[in-house]
Amino acid sequence: MLALPAAPAPAARRQIFVGTALACVAAAMLIGGMLALWMRLRTDSLAAVGTWMPKGVSVPEVATNVMLMAFLPICIFAQWAVYSARRDDRAHTGVALFLVALLGLAVVNAQAFVYATMQVPARSGAFNTMFYALTGTFIALVVIGMVFSVVTAFRYLGGRTSDREIVSAHAMYWYFLSAAFTALWLVVYVTK
Amino acid sequence: MTTIDTHASAAPASADAGRSLATIAAWVTTTDHKRLGRMYIAVALLAMVAVGAIAVILGIERSDTGTAFIDAGALSQLFSAYRVGLTFCVLVPLMVGIALAVVPLQVGARAVAFPRLAAAGFWSWALGTDLVILSIALNGGPGGGEPRMVGMFLSAHILLVLGLLATAVSIATTILTTRAPGMNMRRVPLFSFSVLISMLGLIIALPVLIGALIYNYVDYRYGRAGFGGNQAILGWVGYAFTQPLTAVYALPVFGFAAETIAVASRKRMPMRGVVFAGFGLIGVASFGGVIQSAAGVPRNIVDVSLGSALNDILPFALFNLLPVLGAFVVLAIGGLALSSGRPRITAPFLFGFFGAGLVFVGIFANAVYQIGDARVTGTVFEEASWLYVAYGSVLSGLGAIAYWGPKLTGRIMPMKQTVPLALLGALGVVLSSLPYIVAGFAKQPAGVVEFDYSGPQALWNMLSTAGHALMVLTVVAFVGLALRSFTKGDMAGDDPFDAHTLEWATVSPAPEANFSEVFVVMSAEPLLDLKPATAGSSV
Repeated sequence: MLALPAAPAPAARRQIFVGTALACVAAAMLIGGMLALWMRLRTDSLAAVGTWMPKGVSVPEVATNVMLMAFLPICIFAQWAVYSARRDDRAHTGVALFLVALLGLAVVNAQAFVYATMQVPARSGAFNTMFYALTGTFIALVVIGMVFSVVTAFRYLGGRTSDREIVSAHAMYWYFLSAAFTALWLVVYVTK
Repeated sequence: MTTIDTHASAAPASADAGRSLATIAAWVTTTDHKRLGRMYIAVALLAMVAVGAIAVILGIERSDTGTAFIDAGALSQLFSAYRVGLTFCVLVPLMVGIALAVVPLQVGARAVAFPRLAAAGFWSWALGTDLVILSIALNGGPGGGEPRMVGMFLSAHILLVLGLLATAVSIATTILTTRAPGMNMRRVPLFSFSVLISMLGLIIALPVLIGALIYNYVDYRYGRAGFGGNQAILGWVGYAFTQPLTAVYALPVFGFAAETIAVASRKRMPMRGVVFAGFGLIGVASFGGVIQSAAGVPRNIVDVSLGSALNDILPFALFNLLPVLGAFVVLAIGGLALSSGRPRITAPFLFGFFGAGLVFVGIFANAVYQIGDARVTGTVFEEASWLYVAYGSVLSGLGAIAYWGPKLTGRIMPMKQTVPLALLGALGVVLSSLPYIVAGFAKQPAGVVEFDYSGPQALWNMLSTAGHALMVLTVVAFVGLALRSFTKGDMAGDDPFDAHTLEWATVSPAPEANFSEVFVVMSAEPLLDLKPATAGSSV
């Protein structure tokens, strides 16, 4: 065996953060691709029959706007968790992570309300199936974010307080979700 | 008095059974990247034999002008199995498996990043592959007549792609975060750098495929109003099985060729930065697969509207010519390295050299296919260019197994018996693909459709069928030889190929934690620094 100079074990290079960043890129491409397909079929439909959203269906704008606004405190709380973790403040870190997960749950609840209010029948057109596929995929990403919050909280509150990187990665994931929902809100609920 | 001890033989039998179970359990629950990589490779090669057999059947159908060999209803499903299988059950997992087994060793890491994610990725892919095959066998898949099986095909395909994506994230994170001390990005081995670009390409391109599959699944399940049902599935997701995206899947082929060329020529690879740029240019194709506006049956899902002239030329130049340029740059610099010394011809070198050359031909043929004036749109010319890439990658993958096998198993394949397989495989790739280039110019339509296959067409199709059979034969013979060599063959030294990179600094076979100590890397070829008569300057 050839003898290369030995070295002490290298310091960790933000593995969770980099991995989460790559996952965010993948998720951004997923939502971006789905939005692009939505816009393409919407354009085709408008050119062919002059309509996209089925008649009689209206968007509950208050609920969708509240969903958008919920992402602002989510980002603030996620960053609060990072701030507190850097100062070894376990109590505030835990509260911030709990609030992020709670607001994530509120977003899921608001989406359920939107489904119930819009009453879009699943079987009657391209808009209908795409609406459920796109918003459902986004909600799946939100649920993953909630699980991420819970796991981060357990790890941090369980005593791994030096593990601040995961708190930063958690914040980045929620920033991504905020950006993704802003795009989705604009395309699906505003442009219609 | 005769005493018969019935327990004496029973005890070893139960002990053997226990050991076998423990071995199986160890493999099933493993998070060791080397074992996971080997499992990816094994399943991909198994799938290669199955897909090759399907290709032979389709070839016979296209050669036999008199009678229909296969039921017309099954043809489209077999053709789907051929396209989907060769791309997502052979090409991508073979490259991912080799990368997973080798890259952590190459960058000096003790383990892959997120090992449980990599393991979950393998099992998702394996389960998805099984379900995809099952759904097609039970009259599902694109064009299938059994609605539940069509739905299962779509959902299983999502699972399959998610698995590959998870492993890609794991491998890319390994290269970005777990390199040995002193190994900056410029010192990353050529193969690992090509893998990084390829994995980033997968991370960019595959989620879009997942999105399209989700839409198709929900639409198929509820109403079939927007996406055209089972007949249109390939139209929506076909971009993932065709060029230019397949060039990104095959990118590690060029990294492997560059690696083996440098080792064969016993010199440092000149102009490493330019070689890296070449990999990057091929990687541009990952965007092309998604947004390129091109004619042909496999429809691309998003059009770019830049005005007619720009819309024609810019995507073509960006996504079809740049990969050709990138591949040419890598091969040209490799040729330069070879010409500056007397290369040592080994089986891995031959496999890598032929594989990269044939993949380059495929990427170039795709650029020709996109030119309207070539008048080959909608013909088997496209299948030929894809086959060059897919089979060329398989050939290169076999070379990678012969090259890194000693590091994974501790034993080496006999070069005298392996070299002829490289030649046989190269012949198989050319025979299966080249006739379709000719047939494309003769206007043979893509797929297996109603067409007069008599006359010269019959010859082209027969030659291509023979090429597919040769590829299957090559893979079967290689696997047989590899199994024998890696279990009972000659023991390999720690560095049997006199190589340059870090994986050869550990013992063969590499232990579970890869390295007994952490090394400092002072150049891009750390092992070459320790050997006499080195040439060129280090990075």
